Amino acid sequence: MQAGLKFALRDSLPYNYNSVPAMPAGQDRRTESEIAVGPPHSARAIATLGGRPLLANSGIPLDLNWIQQVRVNTSAVEHRGQSQVARRTVKKQWQAAWLLRAITCMDLTTLSGDDTEERVRRLCAKARQPLQQDLVQKLGIEELGIKVAAVCVYHAFIETALTALEGSGIRVAAVSTGFPAGLSPLAERVAEIRRSAEAGAHEIDVVITRGHVFGARWQALYDEIAAFRQACGPAHMKVILGTGDLLTLRNVARASVVAMMAGADFVKTSTGKEPTNATLPVSLVMLRTIREYAQQTGMAVGFKPAGGIRSAKQSLDWLALIKEELGDSWLRAEMFRFGVSGLLGDIERQLDHYANGRYSAEYRHPIA
Amino acid sequence: MSIAEKFVSMEYGPAPEDPKESLAWLDRHGRCFGFFIGGTWHAPAAGGYFDTLDPSTGEKLASIAQGTPADIDAAVRAARIAAPKWQALTPHFRARYLYGLARLVQKHSRLLAVLETMDNGKPIRESRDIDIPLVARHFYHHAGWAQLIAQEFPDHVPCGVVGQIIPWNFPLLMLAWKIAPALAAGNTVVLKPAEFTPLTALAFAELCQEARLPDGVVNIVTGDGSTGEALVKHPDVDKIAFTGSTEVGRAIRAATAPGHKRLSLELGGKSPFIIFEDADLDSAVEGLVDGIWFNQGQVCCAGSRLLMQESIAETLISKIRDRMSTLRVGPPLDKAIDIGAIVARVQLDRIQRMVAQGVAEGATCWQPPMALPSRGFYYPPTLLSNVHPTSIVAQEEIFGPVLAAMTFRTPREAVELANNTVYGLASCVWSESINVALHVAAQLKAGVVWVNCANLFDAACGFGGYRESGYGREGGREGMLEYMEPAWFKHAPKFTATAAAAPTSEEEIEGSTPAIDRTVKLYIGGKQVRPDSGYSMPVRAADGRLLGEAPLGNRKDVRNAVEAARKADAWAKATAHNRAQVLYYCAENLSQRRSEIVHHLAEAVGERQAGTEVDLGIERIFSYAAWADKYDGAVHNPPFRNIAIAMNEPIGTVGVICPAEAPLLGFFSLVMPLLAVGNAVIAVPSEKYPLITGDLYQLFDTSDLPGGAVNIVTGYASQLLQTIAEHDDVDAIWCCGDDALVSAAKAMSTGNLKQVWTNEGRAIDWFDAKQGEGRWFLEHAAQVKNIWVPYGE
Repeated sequence: MQAGLKFALRDSLPYNYNSVPAMPAGQDRRTESEIAVGPPHSARAIATLGGRPLLANSGIPLDLNWIQQVRVNTSAVEHRGQSQVARRTVKKQWQAAWLLRAITCMDLTTLSGDDTEERVRRLCAKARQPLQQDLVQKLGIEELGIKVAAVCVYHAFIETALTALEGSGIRVAAVSTGFPAGLSPLAERVAEIRRSAEAGAHEIDVVITRGHVFGARWQALYDEIAAFRQACGPAHMKVILGTGDLLTLRNVARASVVAMMAGADFVKTSTGKEPTNATLPVSLVMLRTIREYAQQTGMAVGFKPAGGIRSAKQSLDWLALIKEELGDSWLRAEMFRFGVSGLLGDIERQLDHYANGRYSAEYRHPIA
Repeated sequence: MSIAEKFVSMEYGPAPEDPKESLAWLDRHGRCFGFFIGGTWHAPAAGGYFDTLDPSTGEKLASIAQGTPADIDAAVRAARIAAPKWQALTPHFRARYLYGLARLVQKHSRLLAVLETMDNGKPIRESRDIDIPLVARHFYHHAGWAQLIAQEFPDHVPCGVVGQIIPWNFPLLMLAWKIAPALAAGNTVVLKPAEFTPLTALAFAELCQEARLPDGVVNIVTGDGSTGEALVKHPDVDKIAFTGSTEVGRAIRAATAPGHKRLSLELGGKSPFIIFEDADLDSAVEGLVDGIWFNQGQVCCAGSRLLMQESIAETLISKIRDRMSTLRVGPPLDKAIDIGAIVARVQLDRIQRMVAQGVAEGATCWQPPMALPSRGFYYPPTLLSNVHPTSIVAQEEIFGPVLAAMTFRTPREAVELANNTVYGLASCVWSESINVALHVAAQLKAGVVWVNCANLFDAACGFGGYRESGYGREGGREGMLEYMEPAWFKHAPKFTATAAAAPTSEEEIEGSTPAIDRTVKLYIGGKQVRPDSGYSMPVRAADGRLLGEAPLGNRKDVRNAVEAARKADAWAKATAHNRAQVLYYCAENLSQRRSEIVHHLAEAVGERQAGTEVDLGIERIFSYAAWADKYDGAVHNPPFRNIAIAMNEPIGTVGVICPAEAPLLGFFSLVMPLLAVGNAVIAVPSEKYPLITGDLYQLFDTSDLPGGAVNIVTGYASQLLQTIAEHDDVDAIWCCGDDALVSAAKAMSTGNLKQVWTNEGRAIDWFDAKQGEGRWFLEHAAQVKNIWVPYGE
């Protein structure tokens, strides 16, 4: 392996790969007050868009004009979603590589009423070693140290997960704010975030009050998310829009824009509990708002589709969509996550098929 | 190891479609193809072979037979022999064959898709996901028309033997658009595929064999332009259907002017793509990808003229550039390629030449940085901005992945710029306001308007153009009508000129009673005007007696009449109810003046015919008054979530050479259907009795018909015809007369490719309502515009 590649591989580990150019002086066009909205972020560029370095999102004041100018043509977005899937595909080694990338962008998730500490420990073990050792060797990817990006659990299991993942570099994400409905009193939701942050969660997945979107109460929505942001402290905040509840793509776009203005690190489609979860059209709309926000503010927001992504093929479709709409810079765990519980199994089987040339069975791969 | 590299780079990598089945198919045929005539394969009579190439490599794929007139003759004879048997089958049996062809297309879909991509250079995604599924859909849909033909098209018969010439941009799809309706209607066909892309047509010939289609129903003769010419000129072909360039379409119109071949033309375009400031801009940019970067821009309805509202132009251009940068250009068999190869070197040269000329004329050219394959014919996606309407790249069809961008300020200006073209095939309108979108859609001179979408096609929706984009429609009911004729018309007796020629004697017949002078004038723009020439023509009775003098119209009178007609847009915009009321009022006033008009007309045609003409004339006007608010369009159900609104629109300004034999009834039979759907008319009344004009304008003046809706220029038809037929602001011409007159009408109308309707050498009995009035005339008086409106929130 060439030296250059080694360097790239070292950099390619979650949180630190793909060197991103530092923000040149004078590129940050935000005002003092805009910067003051969120917690202080380092001035390090976390992503690029069309060659332009982007900072982490610290939010901007609510811009109602922007929200009102949102235009989404549902049929055209759906058409693009369908056509995109047919326009892009990856095969052979490339497919294997992309599937590995998908693993490194996973929030391996368990969010069930019957979760126990042991169940969470099992999930964490799988997160550390998502692929069997012999498969890793056969693929020749030992040095990549493939592991998932994070484990996503309820608050009650943060400590369990932190312990189980110690030293792995895998982050712990907790769902919060009265997940999944998000309808408990605001003070309690904020307190819940604080408790999770204090418990050491690296990332907090919060849900918005969908009713604020239906009522076009953008200020209330903004204030709510900004309060969440404050409570998160240094933890990364993923804002779940509940797109299956919002129903219209226009609502999705507006909510997404407000969440970014209020300081979201990530926007996330759904809780996994709504009737419809992540779809390509919904994702496309959110990706376009992320792009617009980056172009307008110079700040990058991550994206997390969650729920319903179960097949390796689907994960490739999402990666390709992100590559097309936002570029390679977003194809990293820092900027993109799959919120999944069942995807890994299918990816393992596909990689097994690639490595061994025959179709594998589910039971041949250790479960989470 | 390399997986690790790819993990870092996250590139797409190659994803080739395996061509081995298609290569095996070519090899099975020894990479050499003859003609498919009468159900079997034939070597060329004398023409030898030419090569068809893979444009992505420039390598030869196969040898293709070059058709000569002798080969065309053999094919036409086979089709002629097959026709009676094919027509004698029950509709259900013909439906079974078409259904079988649809099934076979699906069964062999991948072979056809790969062959298409190899021969044409289009991305496999397009041939696999768009072309071939649309081919199957077309045959299914027309299997349905074949089944329903007796109920849905009563009293219609097929044209007979149809010659079809198709282009290279959608080889198999254009074949389907041609063959499916022709067969469903009961015709037999001789099809000439494009020289660059004959392979899928030959594969289709095999499907015909597999479907056990009766021999001779479908015949395929390959070759170049000369082969097509032989087909166009063959005397035993009843109809020519052509898709291709406007230039060739014009030549075909000229070549078919003598004789009575029916003709439908689907020609070029320079279609506007209008984006309003309230559009979903990201989606509109994707629309452009489907609009101009589909099939390398080699699409007659490509959205090649971008019209952007000024307020969003800068943002939009930046979005377009970003999107262009992610388009992937490369080997068309790769499944993840957006833009494949240009069909041939000559086309690539043309694109390069036109872009260079556009830049020389001031356009700014932008192409995303990308490496093109070193072999084969490729051209990168190209954006030309700062383009002005005067530039060649704004006016002429480039037929390449080149977008010419302009701005507009208001919806009115958008429409003005959009319609500022000799073409009128398709258009796109992007706006989130249904009011803006439909208001603009209604004003666009184009056969298709896609609202918030682009390049959608379906067998149920007619496709075809306005203006020099051709005439006739493909798909849907109107597409079927192109391959049929009313049974009475097909079997009508041959037209013989009535002895209406002016007698040579200039002498007054002795003993006639001195009449009070009656000065008849021309009727232009709602006013009675003297002829520019200052001359009159004598009008004589059957016995040679001088009945009076009619003004002798000339070029300038026609010019004035066309100008007046063009200004009469109040008539086109009038509600259908309003037009009906005016026509009823005409009938009412005609009835009031019955005896006076009969008295005048009797001098030319005798008392009995004059009475009948007036009485039937009243009836005829009533009929079209009745039709005026009932000749509705349709709403189609293509397999997408949208409504496709098929609107019957007036053609515009229509010149009418009225039949000589029934001066009054013939005039009403042609002018009234045109008026009923909102056209403005320049009519040349029967030479036999042009004095009728004096009665007609009094009738129109008292019936609230807006000035300019009907203009009457008297004179010699053969002289006036030329000015009307050659006038570029006349959109269609209807001409009744002998073969010389009718052929002249066709030959002279090639300039702006006017739609031409004639009596085709047949005698029409104007006194028989079954022949002289009805839907058939309305179908020719209107053109269908399909407006696609997807919906959903």
